[in-house]
Amino acid sequence: MVLTFIGMHLLAAVLAGPLVRTLGRRGFAVLALVPAGTAAWVATALLGPVRVERTGWVGELGLELSFRLDTLAVVMSLIVSGIGALVLLYCAAYIDPRSTAGSPRLLGGALVGFAGAMLGLVTTDDLLLLYVFWEITTILSYLLVGYLTTSAVSTRAARQALLVTAAGGLTMLVGLVLLGEGAGTYRISELVAGPGASGAAVAWGVGLLLVGAVTKSALVPFHFWLPGAMAAPTPVSAYLHAAAMVKAGVYLVARFAPGYADLPVWQVMVLVLGSATMLLGGFRATRQTDLKLLLAYGTVSQLGMLVLLVGYGSEAAALAGLTLLVGHALFKSSLFLATGAIDHATGTRDIRRLHGVGRAAPWLALAGVLAAMSMAGLPVLIGFVGKEAALAALLEPAPGWLSLQGVAAASFVAGSVLTVAYSLRYVVGAFGPGSPGGGSAPGAGSGAHSWHAPGPLLVGIPLALALGGLALGVTSTALEEVLARHTSTVSLLPGPEVHLGLWHGLSLPLLVSVCVWVLGALWWWRTRDPERATAPLVRVDAGRAYDRLMRGVDRAALESTGFLSRGSLPVLLGTIFVVLLVLPGLQLALGGTTWPSRLRLADSAAQVAVALLVIAAAVLATRARRRLRAVFLVGVTGYGCAMLFLLHGAPDLALTQILVETVSLVVLVLVLRRLSGRFPDDPSVLTRRLRAALGAGVGLVVGLLAVVATSSRIHEPAGAGLPERSVDYGAGKNIVNVILVDIRAWDTMGELSVVLACATGVASLVWLREEALEGVRKGLRSARGARAGWRARPVPTDTGSLPTSRWIAVADRLDPERRSVILEIVTRMVFHTILLWSVYLLLAGHNQPGGGFAAGIVAGLALCLRFLAGRGYELGAALPVMPAAVLGTGLFIAAGSAVIPMLLGSPALRTWDAYLTIPLVGEVHLVTSLLFDLGVYLVVIGLMLDVLRSLGSGLDAQIATERETAGRGTR
Amino acid sequence: MTANLTLVVVASVLVGTGAYLFLSRSLIRALMGFLLMGNGVNLLFVIGSGPAGSPPIVGAGDGGPMADPVPQALVLTAIVITLAMTAFVLALAHRSWQLARDDLVTDDTESARIHARAEIEDGGDVAEGEESP
Repeated sequence: MVLTFIGMHLLAAVLAGPLVRTLGRRGFAVLALVPAGTAAWVATALLGPVRVERTGWVGELGLELSFRLDTLAVVMSLIVSGIGALVLLYCAAYIDPRSTAGSPRLLGGALVGFAGAMLGLVTTDDLLLLYVFWEITTILSYLLVGYLTTSAVSTRAARQALLVTAAGGLTMLVGLVLLGEGAGTYRISELVAGPGASGAAVAWGVGLLLVGAVTKSALVPFHFWLPGAMAAPTPVSAYLHAAAMVKAGVYLVARFAPGYADLPVWQVMVLVLGSATMLLGGFRATRQTDLKLLLAYGTVSQLGMLVLLVGYGSEAAALAGLTLLVGHALFKSSLFLATGAIDHATGTRDIRRLHGVGRAAPWLALAGVLAAMSMAGLPVLIGFVGKEAALAALLEPAPGWLSLQGVAAASFVAGSVLTVAYSLRYVVGAFGPGSPGGGSAPGAGSGAHSWHAPGPLLVGIPLALALGGLALGVTSTALEEVLARHTSTVSLLPGPEVHLGLWHGLSLPLLVSVCVWVLGALWWWRTRDPERATAPLVRVDAGRAYDRLMRGVDRAALESTGFLSRGSLPVLLGTIFVVLLVLPGLQLALGGTTWPSRLRLADSAAQVAVALLVIAAAVLATRARRRLRAVFLVGVTGYGCAMLFLLHGAPDLALTQILVETVSLVVLVLVLRRLSGRFPDDPSVLTRRLRAALGAGVGLVVGLLAVVATSSRIHEPAGAGLPERSVDYGAGKNIVNVILVDIRAWDTMGELSVVLACATGVASLVWLREEALEGVRKGLRSARGARAGWRARPVPTDTGSLPTSRWIAVADRLDPERRSVILEIVTRMVFHTILLWSVYLLLAGHNQPGGGFAAGIVAGLALCLRFLAGRGYELGAALPVMPAAVLGTGLFIAAGSAVIPMLLGSPALRTWDAYLTIPLVGEVHLVTSLLFDLGVYLVVIGLMLDVLRSLGSGLDAQIATERETAGRGTR
Repeated sequence: MTANLTLVVVASVLVGTGAYLFLSRSLIRALMGFLLMGNGVNLLFVIGSGPAGSPPIVGAGDGGPMADPVPQALVLTAIVITLAMTAFVLALAHRSWQLARDDLVTDDTESARIHARAEIEDGGDVAEGEESP
């Protein structure tokens, strides 16, 4: 059921856009139905047994969608959904849908979504799910606080709230995992009910968990984001800061208190930070002139108080804490919404300018006064009941006054004095007569904004909430019955027995309360003048510290970026090489390395001979000044490596390497014809020496690493059991090919994607614009047409002589001076043979050297030949399709061959094989992975075609155009 | 397992010379370095895969130990990727030639600007909103 309601919130959030667009701000009222319905449903669970719902989610990770509606969850859900519904209803009267400063549609969606996330947060029984909902509220709070997207203050506040709470959330995640792994369960109910936890891991886990609560509930030293978040529209503030977001932290403390409240780390964090926050927030609140900021600092103070109480660890404190939690949700949302109504009516929230509001809007004033009385803890409201209970619970600290508990009790009393003071400040500031020079009309002193009376919703909702506080205060014994079902589970610390009620006789708490009221009134009297400048209590400003930290991060980013990225490619690469040199180099030099006792010199004489050749070519390549010389020398090392592969027993590698070297040579020459013959750079001797030293060092370290790594191998090679598996499962004898198309086919698929991306990159860099390709397409179309034509009729001749067959297809289009008849003849003779060979390699590759890669490159070589013989025309005649089509088809076939086994109920890429007897050919072994190899084959052909068409005929066309322009220029 | 010294020397020479060329400003020279290093690294896989043996094809060997096929499969994909990379770098070189009639890699002005800013603002704070568009 909970899941259904969360789903409904999600649906409503998605539909909010269209709803608000069509219905205007009345859409908010429709949206309010979802949390209202949820609240009604949850209320039915108030007195029944605990409801548990579990739905499997990710079995392998032990994740389940589990929800547990115990009393704490029900009370929190009622607050979250009930106030959520009222706030949405209030929005229907408050939000101006024509306003361009923010998007009301986004606001509606985010608010409903937020209510849904909070519902999940307070009802889930799974640690990780708790974290998921926690972060959803963080992200949505960013959207809500930053509602005014054009305001720099607003976006800055939103970013601040996001960074602080997300950092806390991530910290909390570590704590959750520590706790969950330590206890062996991720169910919150089992975790909390488990045997008394101890140990360093639990202490760390609890500490990190509390960091999440402290950031979310804006406790010192992270309190600064909450007043900043007042940039949001007032209904958002009312919801986020009275009922929902900040209450998540309080909820977290309340939820885990039954399990961990006796841990020292818990007590220190909860009591010290709670006390400090209560005092700091209260003190700041008594000095604000903006009603909303006053409430914001008041909220900070109250959050400290709530965390202190629900985390205290005794049954009595928990009861008081929950009572005040409910009370706070009612009176604080009422006050925020009343402030919104004042703002709406007068255009200001500044107590220095407001006057006469009380007289003009008596019902609103009644709501504000009732709520403020509840906040100050005056009878007969719920706030009074809670404060009395709290005093009774705290005033006799079990370990004596010189303890954390004693400090907490003293802070609670002092904080209550401040609460009375700022409650008075709020009431007098908002509804009082104002400064003498204010004039008679209600509203802002300057008269810049004329008074318009707040509508019934704007007054009614705060009044209803305030009256709720009154009703609960009167019926507090019934409330105790509900809350006690949860608080009886909090029993880690001893405490007095406390009951909720309006009258306990002339007890100590009542006397203290009276003193608190008197002292609070005195404090208000002394600080009542809003014009008086006030010095800050402490010099350290957490908000400024945050700013400095953020600037520090920016600064560090700039410095490190500036230091590392000089914009010079050689420097950047050099840095990488230096790291390679220093880190593993130091490791090798400083010890911890077991050097091998013996080395094999060589496998064979041939190996030594080839090695010498490769070394000589590599060294000469570094000294080459001419490009072609370097290219050929590097090619020699490539062919040499192919020989070394062959000698090692890797015929597939040798074959592929030789083919790739050959193709690379062709491609290199195609581009080098455009470039100068010599390398353009001529580095100084010093640079060269530096590079040589770096290169020598890197080579040395790599060599030593190879020796050490090879000799320290103790495990069997991964390929040990492969021969059997390759035949049994892969149905192939060439193990390398089976690995590529079956065992590690996903890697191959990734590699195909890389090849495709490279080919696309080449085409993009050469053709640059789509229009440029239009010419190519036209050429291909005509080539296709011509192909059909050749088949239909004898070859036409333009000379009028006897029809003759031509060596290549497009001989008549070539420049006679640049033709090579021998090349044309050879091409004619071997092209089809090469293609046939490539098909053979493709088919045989599963059992013998070959496979899709080698076969594709062989086919590519055939295309190279056609291109060299007859340039682009010939290429078009040979394969008149766009390379992209070949590449795409190849990847499609490869991916398709992965999916087909899945349709048959097997894992992806599973190989099937069958023997087929074909007359004349004999028995053919059909393997499904051949289809995958066909995809590989096509992708490689596509790459070759792309390279030839782009770097070959594309460059041809550019050269021709340039020559033409140059010719016209000289004429 | 013992390493083959000949192959180790070849691999380290290829990587060393490759690194030397890789540090050049000419794109083609750097590509040559890249190819040399690539060949060297491929050899490292072969060195690490153990002693030479018969080709890893079932039934084709002479009964002696078979060379480890897994590194071979890795190197095979590396070779083909190298071909694709070569083509891409060549296209880059061609583009560079089109724009500047050269294949020299010039310094990235954007990075240089960041570097300069870090130098200038040493000691001073970067005020918010000061980032240039």
